Amino acid sequence: MIQLSANHILYLVEAARWTVLLSLIAFAGGALVGLPLALMRVARSRLLRGLAGIYIQIIQGTPLLIVLFLSYFGLGIVGFKLDPLVAAGLSLTIYAAAFLAEIWRGCIEAVPKTQWEASDCLGLNPFQQYAYVILPQAVRIATPPTVGFMVQIVKNTSLASVIGFVELARAGQIVNNSTFEPFAIFAIVGAIYFAICYPLSLASRHLERKVHAGRG
Amino acid sequence: MSYKFDFAFLADRWPDFVAGAWLTVQLTVASIALGFVVGTVCALARVYGGPVLRRLVGIYVETIRNTPLLIQIFLVYFGLSSLGLKLSAEVSAIVALTVNMGAYTTEIMRAGIQSIQRTQLEAADCLGLTKMQTILHVVLLPAMERVYPALSSQFVLLMLASSITSQISAEELTATANLVQSDTYRSFEVYMIVAVVYLALSALYRFALWAIGLVLFERRRRLGTPL
Repeated sequence: MIQLSANHILYLVEAARWTVLLSLIAFAGGALVGLPLALMRVARSRLLRGLAGIYIQIIQGTPLLIVLFLSYFGLGIVGFKLDPLVAAGLSLTIYAAAFLAEIWRGCIEAVPKTQWEASDCLGLNPFQQYAYVILPQAVRIATPPTVGFMVQIVKNTSLASVIGFVELARAGQIVNNSTFEPFAIFAIVGAIYFAICYPLSLASRHLERKVHAGRG
Repeated sequence: MSYKFDFAFLADRWPDFVAGAWLTVQLTVASIALGFVVGTVCALARVYGGPVLRRLVGIYVETIRNTPLLIQIFLVYFGLSSLGLKLSAEVSAIVALTVNMGAYTTEIMRAGIQSIQRTQLEAADCLGLTKMQTILHVVLLPAMERVYPALSSQFVLLMLASSITSQISAEELTATANLVQSDTYRSFEVYMIVAVVYLALSALYRFALWAIGLVLFERRRRLGTPL
């Protein structure tokens, strides 16, 4: 049996880079899809609101793992064989978009109605209202919960391990298969996740205090 | 696209899906109930406990909330068994989900408990309520009523997260899907069906939680308004 050594730990830390990369892909993709969804949720048109609502309900009502299986094994059988990184990035994007859209919808709605009315009186068109009045204020409110949600994204990238993408969790399994010291290895893996997530949690809490201080 | 959908396997495999869904329900109801108790006790400790106790609960909550559930499940199932404590996949799943649920419940219930004003406690004292009565009727129930929406969505999220226990071969809904798809090579259809079952389960859980809320909170039942 191979002893757990510093090299193994180095291997885990290197695998954590893929966790970070996958998180960034998921966040960027989620933001790109989530923002239009959030705007659709607050649109005047009932059709747009309904469509975005259905998407969010479906994604928030199914496990990410199933979305992942569908996009990796499912699409593979149907004829679109995706690379594990692409399948994982796609699934996490689909997942993150639904949650970010709901978070951001709340933040857009939290901007006082009077801001809409005032910008209307100034003769701004809807695009200008969003760009210069509403979104800058919504971003301020949205920053703490968005940073908080990034923690969820980082944690959920661990699911990419089940389709064979070698990120931190999968690397932990691989090391475990050769050394068979699961308690130590998964504790180390957990600690590395913690090292990535905890600063984000702290930042989110700090930002929250700052946003509220500005209002109080 | 030349792919032809074929759901024929359902004819003889549907009992597997029902059994899997039933185990998912059992696992999650057990861990929601246990996790809620753990979380409520921890939340009380976090608000009213001494400095050491508060710190310990804080470490528990932060550790769980900043690490993936998958790793927690591996630690309980593979980790504990390597230390000599051999648990079955189902028991490991319940333990891991309970520990996870407990941490999130602690944070939610803490917010609720902290929203109870001091004057309420003083009033309870004046009325001669015992400590237990105060905690139960003046602190916990109103606190729970305030955070009930957040609590409900966390419960539904746990039900969805229970799919991860398929990775330690707890034969719940997702594991059943994996099994059936490896027998039939109909992965797209299988996972579609399971996605729909999960959607139905989350609707069911939401309805059940709404109904429980009506039974638990008189104000909601009588006036139809949340606190």
